[in-house]
Amino acid sequence: MTRTRHSSDLLPALGFLLPNFLGFLLFTAGPVVFSFGASFTNWDLQHSVPFAFIGADNFRQLFGSEEFWVYLINTVYLMIGLPFAIAGSLALALMLSQKLRGMTVYRTLFYLPTFTYGVALMVLWKKLYSPEFGPINVSLGAITRALHLPFEPPKWLQSADNLMGMVPQHVAFHRQYVGLGAREALINMSVWVALGGNNMLLYLAALTNVPQELYEAAEIDGANKWKQFWHVTWPQLAPTTFFIIVISTIFGLQGGFEIARIMTEGGPAGTTTTLAYYIYIKAFQEFQMGYASAIAWVLFAMIFAITLMNWRFGSRAVNE
Amino acid sequence: MASASARKQLAAHVILALVALVMMLPFIWMFLASFKTVREVEGSQIFPPTWHTENYTKVFADPEIAKRSNFGRYYFNSVFVAAWVTFLTCITSAMAAYAFARLRWRGRDTVFLLYLGTLMVPGVVTMIPNFALLVKLKLLDSYAGLIVPASFSAFGVFLLRQFMLTIPTSLDEAAAIDGASKWRIFWDVILPLTRPGLIALAIFAFIGNYQSLFWPLVVVKSQYLRTWPVGMLFFDTTYGRETTLIMAASVMATLPPLILFVVGQKFLVKGIQLGAVKG
Repeated sequence: MTRTRHSSDLLPALGFLLPNFLGFLLFTAGPVVFSFGASFTNWDLQHSVPFAFIGADNFRQLFGSEEFWVYLINTVYLMIGLPFAIAGSLALALMLSQKLRGMTVYRTLFYLPTFTYGVALMVLWKKLYSPEFGPINVSLGAITRALHLPFEPPKWLQSADNLMGMVPQHVAFHRQYVGLGAREALINMSVWVALGGNNMLLYLAALTNVPQELYEAAEIDGANKWKQFWHVTWPQLAPTTFFIIVISTIFGLQGGFEIARIMTEGGPAGTTTTLAYYIYIKAFQEFQMGYASAIAWVLFAMIFAITLMNWRFGSRAVNE
Repeated sequence: MASASARKQLAAHVILALVALVMMLPFIWMFLASFKTVREVEGSQIFPPTWHTENYTKVFADPEIAKRSNFGRYYFNSVFVAAWVTFLTCITSAMAAYAFARLRWRGRDTVFLLYLGTLMVPGVVTMIPNFALLVKLKLLDSYAGLIVPASFSAFGVFLLRQFMLTIPTSLDEAAAIDGASKWRIFWDVILPLTRPGLIALAIFAFIGNYQSLFWPLVVVKSQYLRTWPVGMLFFDTTYGRETTLIMAASVMATLPPLILFVVGQKFLVKGIQLGAVKG
């Protein structure tokens, strides 16, 4: 009886699904399949060479070029702000969850950078980092002068220096490049954007779901605040932390296009070119669609692998 | 005891206020710079001696600037495109979400998994074929090219499905017994109850599209079709040295999201927190 009633939903379901599903096929599922095929061709919008399937040549060329590895390292290096941003979000959420008066005001202010983040704020940060007149270096200069420190403010977006001493355009390290440069500037900005954003809201929601009895029990056992955090709060937040890490990694790996396009043009010396920006250059400035598709699929494969790994490892860690 | 907790509260307030101040500094600097002269921006004064509101009128009306850019037009384009995308996203997502959350049909969970799977696909993977498709359809450099590909969101379907799953099924069962059609149940029962989720999705869709740069940048060729981010990019490339004008444009670009945020904050918080619940 119920069976027949349920199976009769198929027709209305088709009707409800159709508008979205058509768009989904045309602009998402179809293109995914198409771009997979394209990554095995020499497809070029300028038709400088006759179209042909070239097997895995794109991938061979990609993995063989130092450029790709340099940009992959850039992409990963630009994500080193993540743990700090996540820890900061948690700290803010912990403070906000104490039922303080004016809590919503703080929450609103903290969330503002995330919500208004776009071209305008990137242009703003470019100005903030201006080596001579930017407020960051003006303040740094005033402090170092007042304290008589032998310290030149960094050139930020115009410098290829970095904390690890990575040599631009090569997979190599050299002392000469140790310092603060464009990458550190961008990392700092991304922490500013993310700190009070979605992650903080997720932590806030998760904190309200921690059963109050657990804290009462811990208190009876004589656990101090620090112990309560590590033995009650942190394990209870594990699923949220896990979710945040997965999402942040996925978005981080495919990020960096806007920042590179607006703030640095991928430079100086390619030091802020991420894989996403590299794909843009190859596809929409050099029109090598086949090669760009291959890079996009390598990126997809990495994201897929990391998500799977997180899932495996994460679900075990969360269940313990 | 009470004074200890009061002291702790005060400490929390001090820390939070400090963090808030540091986080607001870039905004404050942007606002103040937009009313200064270039010389004053490079100087050490915090407040502008006189408030140069003409920076704002210049961005719109300076004859030299108006030759190359048209910010009034960019405002209209951005809001027009984002509004259409928001409307289409909400309606198509809500309908699909209903099919996933409430109707029973063979293959439902498989199709839903397919939707979820595409959330993992980086935007750049689909961007290239989508561009080629628009070239074939002759939709490059048109409003339709900006709007249509952005109007079908797997995320929207996922978010609204989560919302609909929290609505008690007894409501639609009662309506079904009264002889209401599936469309009636969707329109009169489910949709009104999904309103908080719809508002959250509308805010996400609007703001995501309003701020998007990649797609408009590759689709738009004509100046009159530029959205604010694209216009801003070209403005910055041409007038990069005019910090005060750039900051005036930045302030104006930040205003619509700011207003939207103040108005819709409550729904947004709920939407983000529900979107994270795995289901």
